[in-house]
Amino acid sequence: MASPAASPVVHLPDAQLRPLLAAYDASVRARRWNSMLVVICIAAAVALSSVSAEVDLGKLIANIGNFTSYIHRLFHLENGAWVWTDPAEWYWGLARWLRLLGETLLMAYVGTALGAVGAFFLCFLAAANVSPRPWLRMVVRRFCELCRTVPELVFALMFVIAFGLGPMAGVLAVAIHTLGALGKLFAEVVENIDMKPVEGVSATGAHWTAAMRYGAVPQTLSNFVSYTLLRFEINVRGATVMGFVGAGGIGMDLVEAIRKFYYSDVSAILLLIVITVSVIDTLTGVVRHRLIGLEERH
Amino acid sequence: MATRMPVDIGAIRARHPHHFGRSSGSRQLLLALGVAAVLLLLFGMAQLGFFDGKFLAGLGKLGEIAGLMLPPNPGDWAHVRLYGMSLIETVAISLLGTLAAAVLAVPLALLAAKNVTTARIVHFFSRRSLDTIRSVDILIWALIWINVVGLGPFAGVLAIMTSDIGNFGKLFSEAIEAADKKPREGIVSTGGGAILGIRFGILPEVFPVLASQVLYFFESNTRSATIIGIVGAGGIGLHLAEAIRTLELQQASFIILMILIAVAAIDVVSNQLRFALIGRRGRLS
Repeated sequence: MASPAASPVVHLPDAQLRPLLAAYDASVRARRWNSMLVVICIAAAVALSSVSAEVDLGKLIANIGNFTSYIHRLFHLENGAWVWTDPAEWYWGLARWLRLLGETLLMAYVGTALGAVGAFFLCFLAAANVSPRPWLRMVVRRFCELCRTVPELVFALMFVIAFGLGPMAGVLAVAIHTLGALGKLFAEVVENIDMKPVEGVSATGAHWTAAMRYGAVPQTLSNFVSYTLLRFEINVRGATVMGFVGAGGIGMDLVEAIRKFYYSDVSAILLLIVITVSVIDTLTGVVRHRLIGLEERH
Repeated sequence: MATRMPVDIGAIRARHPHHFGRSSGSRQLLLALGVAAVLLLLFGMAQLGFFDGKFLAGLGKLGEIAGLMLPPNPGDWAHVRLYGMSLIETVAISLLGTLAAAVLAVPLALLAAKNVTTARIVHFFSRRSLDTIRSVDILIWALIWINVVGLGPFAGVLAIMTSDIGNFGKLFSEAIEAADKKPREGIVSTGGGAILGIRFGILPEVFPVLASQVLYFFESNTRSATIIGIVGAGGIGLHLAEAIRTLELQQASFIILMILIAVAAIDVVSNQLRFALIGRRGRLS
C-alpha cells in the first residue's frame, strides 16, 4: 500500500471512513457466503459424479502418454514416415472418401430440407399468437419436443432396422431431429412477428391459411432461412457420425479405421471432415450475415 | 355470409401497375434459387434411394416397430435399477465434462478474444484451433479417448470435455468481446495490471453470461451423454443401443422415456438457475 501522503487521492478521516468500510465489509461478506455455498454445492456434486463416472485422474495421467503417442501415430504412415512426405500414400482412398463425403453432405442437405419443410408447416400451428386451436398447439409442441430430445443416433438405430443399412436411415434421423429443433425456433420467430399485417389480411375475410401466407410468412422468411442454414451446419457435423451405427456417410469408414487402428486413414478422413465443415461454416456464415443485414435495412 | 363490396380488379390493376406487373430482378433470382434448391433436394433423394420403393416398404416396417415399442416395459425391477444407475452415470458424465470444459475454456477464450489478446497471430491461431476442435463430433472424440483411458464413463467425460472446450471457447470469447471496456480501462488507469484488469474489469461483467451458457450446455450435454454409450464410453446409451439391436423394443422405449424425463427435469432446474443468474430478459437462444 502506498502511504496516504504520496498518493494524490484524497483520504477521508478515519472516523468517517470506519462506518463506510464496515458497511462495505458487511455487503461483501453476504456475497462471499453466497458464493462459498455455491462452490460447496458444486464441489459436492463433482465429488459424487466422479464416483459415478469412475473418474480416475491417476489413470489419465498414467495414460496421457497414450494420447500424445496416439496423435503422433495418427500422422505417421505404416512405414514410419510422416504422412505429408507421401500424400499419395496418405490419401490412397481419396476417390472413395470424396464419394462418401459427398454422400454425407447430401444426407445433411436432404435431411435439413425435409425437416425444415416439415417445421415450416408445423410452426404456425405451434406459435401462441396465430395457432388456430390451443389443443393443436400443445400437441405440435410436445411432438417437436419429442423429436429433438431423442438423440439423432437413437432414431438412426431404429431406422436402420426398418429401412436397412444405408444413408436413408441417416437422412430420416437427421430430418426428424431437424423438424423438432427448427419447429421450436420457427415457432418462436412467428411469436415475435408484428400482428398488424395478419390482422389486416384476416379483416378482409381471408381464411387462416391466406392470413399466414400474406400476413406472417413475408415477415419470417429471412429468419427461417438463417436458422435453416445454421441447422445445416450442425447437421453436416451430425451426418459424419451416422455411419457409426450403419446409417451411411463417411462415418462408416472412419469408425472402421479407428477400430482397426489404420492410423493414417483416421487422420486423412478427419482432416477431410474438418476442412469440409469449416468450408460449409464459412459459406453459411457469409449468407447468414447478409440475410441479417437485409433484415436490419428494412 | 357477409355481403361483399364489389371489387373492380381492373381499376386496381390500373392504379398499382407495379404490384401486378412482372416480378423484379431480385425476386426472380430468389425464385431461381428456390427452384435450384428443390431440384437438388429431388436429386439427393433419388441418389439416396428414396424413390426405389425401399422407402415405402420401410415405412410399413417402421409402423410395425413403433407398435412393438408400446407399451414401454422394462421387464423386471433388476432392469429398472440397472437403467437408473446408468442414467445417474449419464448425468454425472455430463456434469463433469461440462464443468471441466468450462474451467479449461476460460483461458483459451481470453486468448481468442480480440479485446484481451492484442497479438493478432495468437488470436488467429486460438480461434482456428477452437474451430477445429468443434468440427469433430463428440462421438469421434469418445472413440479417441477410449484408446487412451479404456472403455468406460471416464472416456465419455473426457470426450464431452474436449468437444465442449471448442464450443465454450468460441461462446466465451464472443461474450468477452461484447463486454464493456470501460471498467477494465478504469482499473488499468489506477495502476492495476493486465491480470487485475481481467479479474475485476471483465470477469464480473461476463460471469453471469458464462454461467448461463454452461447451464444451457449442461442440459444439451446430457442429451449427448445418452449416446456416447453407443461406442462404449459409459452411460445409458450402451443399454439403449443393445435393447434396440436385440429388438427388445419395449425396454428401448422405457429407456427413451427415462431419458426424456431426466432431460426435462434438468431443463427445468437449469432454466430456473439461469433465470436466477441473468433475469428473464437475457435469455439465450
